[in-house]
Amino acid sequence: MKKRFMKNRRLFIGAVITGIMVLLAVAGVFFTPYDPNAMDTSAKLAGISLKHLMGCDNFGRDILSRILSGLGTTMLVALGTVFIGVFFGTIIGAFTGYYGGIPDEVLMRFNDAVLAFPSLLLALVFISVMGAGKLNVTIALGILFIPSYARIMRGEFLRCKNLDYVRSARLMGASDIRIMFVHILPNTVQVMLSTIAIGFNNAVLAEAGMSYLGIGVQPPDSSLGRMLSEAQSYLFIRPGYAVCTGTAIVLLILGFAMLSEGLEKNA
Amino acid sequence: MSSKILTVSHLNSYYNDKTGKFGEGSRRRQVLKDVSFEIGRGEIVGLVGESGCGKSTLAKCILGIVKDHDGEIVHGSKRAQMIFQDPYGSLNPARTVGWILEEPLRIKGELKDPERNKKVSEMIQLVGLDDGYLERKPGELSGGQRQRICIALALMMEPELIIADEPVSALDVTVQDQILKLLLKLNREMGIAFLFISHDLKVVYSICSRVMVMKAGEIVEQGSDEEIYKSPKHPYTKQLLAAVLND
Repeated sequence: MKKRFMKNRRLFIGAVITGIMVLLAVAGVFFTPYDPNAMDTSAKLAGISLKHLMGCDNFGRDILSRILSGLGTTMLVALGTVFIGVFFGTIIGAFTGYYGGIPDEVLMRFNDAVLAFPSLLLALVFISVMGAGKLNVTIALGILFIPSYARIMRGEFLRCKNLDYVRSARLMGASDIRIMFVHILPNTVQVMLSTIAIGFNNAVLAEAGMSYLGIGVQPPDSSLGRMLSEAQSYLFIRPGYAVCTGTAIVLLILGFAMLSEGLEKNA
Repeated sequence: MSSKILTVSHLNSYYNDKTGKFGEGSRRRQVLKDVSFEIGRGEIVGLVGESGCGKSTLAKCILGIVKDHDGEIVHGSKRAQMIFQDPYGSLNPARTVGWILEEPLRIKGELKDPERNKKVSEMIQLVGLDDGYLERKPGELSGGQRQRICIALALMMEPELIIADEPVSALDVTVQDQILKLLLKLNREMGIAFLFISHDLKVVYSICSRVMVMKAGEIVEQGSDEEIYKSPKHPYTKQLLAAVLND
C-alpha cells in the first residue's frame, strides 16, 4: 500500500500540495501575521518587505494574512458545494439509475434542463433571489453541481445493477435501499473520488469567479477570488498582489487535480 | 409436506426484443415453451442444451429474476438459491469475503454478532477454505476459490435447492473436478438438491441422477442419466451425444 502510494508520483505530489494548502488554511483560522481586516494607512500598496512578506493591498491590509484567511473561506465554500452536490447527486443518481423507467426519464430531462443553463448565470439568479453571502454562495453552487453528479452516479448504478452480485443480494432478500447504498455504493467510490476532486476544483474556480463579479463572498471577508478581482486594478502598480493570490488558487487546484488523477490511476 | 421441492408446470416465458430497427418498437419473443418438470428432495437434476436455448432463462424464472412468464412455479418451504456462472461478477468486489458471507445473516437479522461470525467460519470450512480468507477481497482469490465462496454464500440461506448455472464452465479442469466433488458432498451430507445447468454433457453425466435436454426453449427429453446416455430417443439428444463422443 505504502509502496504503491510512493510509486504513484501524481498522487504523492498532489497529496503533498493539498496537505500544505489545508494546513495553511487551518493555520489561517488561528494565526495570521496581522489581522486580515486591519487597515494600515501608512502601508497602502506597500511592496514586499520583511514586515509584510507579500506586501499590502490598497487599504494597507497585509496580503499574506488575507490569503491565509481567504484560503479557508474558499476551501469551505468549495467543500460545502461538493458536499451538497455529491450528497444529493448520489441519491438522485442511485434512484434513477437503479429503478430506471419513467421517474428516471423525468428527472434526467429536468437534469438536462438545468445543465443547459450557463452555470454562472443560474448562480446569479440564485444569488439575486437569496442574497449574497458565504452560505448562500455555497448553497447556490451546490445546487448547480447536483445535476452533473447525478448523471455520473446514475451511470455507475446503471452499470452495477445487473451484475450477478446485485442479483445474489436480491435473492438473499436484501431491500432495494440496502442494495443501492450498502452493496453498490462502495463500488462507485473510485469514480466518486475523482469526480469529487474535479468538482472541488470547479467549485474553487466558480467561487473565485462569483466573488470576482462581486456576488460571492462579501467584503470585508477575504476570499481568493475577491482578492484577485481587487488586485486587477493594481496589476501594473503592484503586480505582486495578483501574483500571490493567483498562485494560491493555482496551487490549490493543481494539488487537487493531481490528487484526482493519481486516484484514478490507482483505481 | 410433499417430497417435491420444486414443481414447474406449463411455464412459458417471454422477453422483449429491442434490437429491431428504429421506430419498430419491441417485439415480444417467446423463450420458454410449455416447460414442465419436478425436482425431488436431495435430487441432482441436470439441464443440458446449447447456448441460447433458454437454460439460464429457466433458472431466472424459477428465482423470480425474470418476471415476464406464465404457468406455475411451486417452491418447497424455502426459496432456491443460485450459484452463478461467472465467479468474478457474483461477488461484490468492494467488500471482503467475510462481509459478503455475513450479509445474508445480517439481512435475516436473527443472529447476534459473535454467532454470525461463528456461522461464517463454519461455512467457509465446509467449502474447504479457512478463516484466513475472510479478510481478503474477491479480487485476491482464484476462480475456484471464488466459486467456493459463492457456494458458501448460497448455503448461508440454508436452501433445499440450489440452482447452479454453469458453475464450473469458467474453471479449468482440475478445479472443475474439486468443485463438482464439493457439490456432491453437500448433496450427500446435507441433502441439498441441485438443478445443474450445463452445456457440457460429460460434467452432467458425472454428477446428475436425472437429465433434462432442452432445445429452443422446450424440454425435448428427460429421464435418468442411464436412459439418456445409453438409449437417447430424441434426435437432438443423439446429436448432442455424438458431438461429445467425437472429441
